[in-house]
Amino acid sequence: MSLERSDVEKIAHLARLEIAEDDIPEYAQNLSKILDLVAEMNQANTDGVEPMAHPLDAVQRLRDDVVTETNQREHFQQNAPQVEQGLFLVPKVIE
Amino acid sequence: MHNKTIAQLSAALHAKEISSEELTQDYLDRIEKFNPSVNAYVTVTAEQALASARAADKYIQAGSAGPLTGIPLAHKDIFCTNGVKTTCGSKMLDNFIAPYDATVVTKMTDAGIVMLGKTNMDEFAMGSSNETSFYGPVKNPWALEAVPGGSSGGSAAVVAARLAPGSTGTDTGGSIRQPAALCGITGLKPTYGSVSRYGMIAFASSLDQAGPMARTAEDCAMLLQSMVGFDEKDSTSVDRAAPSYTVDLDKPLDGLRIGLPKEHFEEGLDPQVAKVVEAAIDEYKKLGAEIVDISLPNTSLSVPAYYVVAPAECSSNLSRFDGVRFGYRCENPKNLEDLYKRSRGEGFGPEVKRRILIGAYALSAGYYDAYYLKAQRSRQLISNDFKAAFENVDVIMGPTAPHTAFNLGEKADDPVSMYLSDIYTIAVNLAGLPGMSVPAGFVNNRPVGLQIIGNYFDEARLLNVAHKFQQVTDWHDQAPEEFK
Repeated sequence: MSLERSDVEKIAHLARLEIAEDDIPEYAQNLSKILDLVAEMNQANTDGVEPMAHPLDAVQRLRDDVVTETNQREHFQQNAPQVEQGLFLVPKVIE
Repeated sequence: MHNKTIAQLSAALHAKEISSEELTQDYLDRIEKFNPSVNAYVTVTAEQALASARAADKYIQAGSAGPLTGIPLAHKDIFCTNGVKTTCGSKMLDNFIAPYDATVVTKMTDAGIVMLGKTNMDEFAMGSSNETSFYGPVKNPWALEAVPGGSSGGSAAVVAARLAPGSTGTDTGGSIRQPAALCGITGLKPTYGSVSRYGMIAFASSLDQAGPMARTAEDCAMLLQSMVGFDEKDSTSVDRAAPSYTVDLDKPLDGLRIGLPKEHFEEGLDPQVAKVVEAAIDEYKKLGAEIVDISLPNTSLSVPAYYVVAPAECSSNLSRFDGVRFGYRCENPKNLEDLYKRSRGEGFGPEVKRRILIGAYALSAGYYDAYYLKAQRSRQLISNDFKAAFENVDVIMGPTAPHTAFNLGEKADDPVSMYLSDIYTIAVNLAGLPGMSVPAGFVNNRPVGLQIIGNYFDEARLLNVAHKFQQVTDWHDQAPEEFK
């Protein structure tokens, strides 16, 4: 499996991850090597094997739909890069 | 005092031979003196530690103390600690003050533990050498030019260098067991779901599991006891009463059936490491165990399947780091997309980026069946191998890692070669089983670990099997010369 520059650019966009122009060839090379390693699993015949969802076959636990947390907005927003009046600020989205 | 185990320190505290405050100060002094040479702590919480120690001393004086009251401990910097910087080894969280405690931290604090600080780790627990940390690599106390293993490299190094009697770690593909092996200490990864993941910064949620790291199996048993338990805040927490991990530590091993998987002794294993492991198996024969040759035929699928499942889950988990609500934000973003891309591009290091990209690729439209589904099917085959093996044996043994600690920089440019460092540990995470690493000897003064794998929820037996070995060997008692 060999990834091209355009593949890396496409995945990086999907992941909203900036990769410096000069670093792309190295990423393409390393990611291709990792995908070659991953391709070794194609040697196994997995026809009819159920995909494993959980090691103990556990299912999602349900709980009553009630409020259990208290509002700690100010406490949690202390870690935010930019807030105003309890709102998280980001660059203008709508022109 | 710093050469005593947690069990011995607990006895000394209860006999009032030393106070927790004195003990804590002793460790803080050692950290100040030795941490610069190993870089194992990223944060030292000296004032908070001394305050907790004084509180612990009051409980001890009042006679209401538990076995861990007043015992100093280091937490891996992946666990959220209320009011204390929690970085996960990343620039992304360099400014993050956790607003709450992880359940593991709460439970251990309630048990009377004194937190000395937070330990260095591979960025977001992605690495096997601790070289991917934003804060620089940890050095192996046994050979400062060598890596300590990873991702819980700092947690292993603080125990080996006697900068804490025990620590917490997390293990997604070997991140407790491999550094424990490379640093000559004891570490245990419990059954998936035993220890709460709440407040433990997520890497691959179907594999992540926290566990104890210490000098001995007995100490690990004491720590594990305080860590396990159902937590409704973790959706995959198992609701099951925990047994006592200490009561059966001394049970004789007569008739214990030990399986040796031939796939763990094949090509790729350093012959000198193999010799050390075989000598350890011989000790078990002397203890009355029966050796059974077994096969785990799908072993070769484990690293490939892991490098789909773990990156896929990581790319999903790490999407929360968006530069908006917490964590790093780039300077002067042009627009929202630029803010996302540059905050993530500048905040994450190369290994984390590689894994996010692999995960995003494997999950992208048209590739899901060929990668993620195929990996989950392979995972079932790997798990079936263990199920079949445990019908005939009680535990499975082999080397924890194919080699001893390698030198800093040796594998840093070759991710695939680094990944193969976890070849014997990864399958255990994929199957959700418990596993341990126990010091078994040395090759050229670098430690070798023996891996012991158990059936689901069989941690008490693992600890018993490890403890009996430590009663007849002294590998776990040895300390690196510079840190004695």
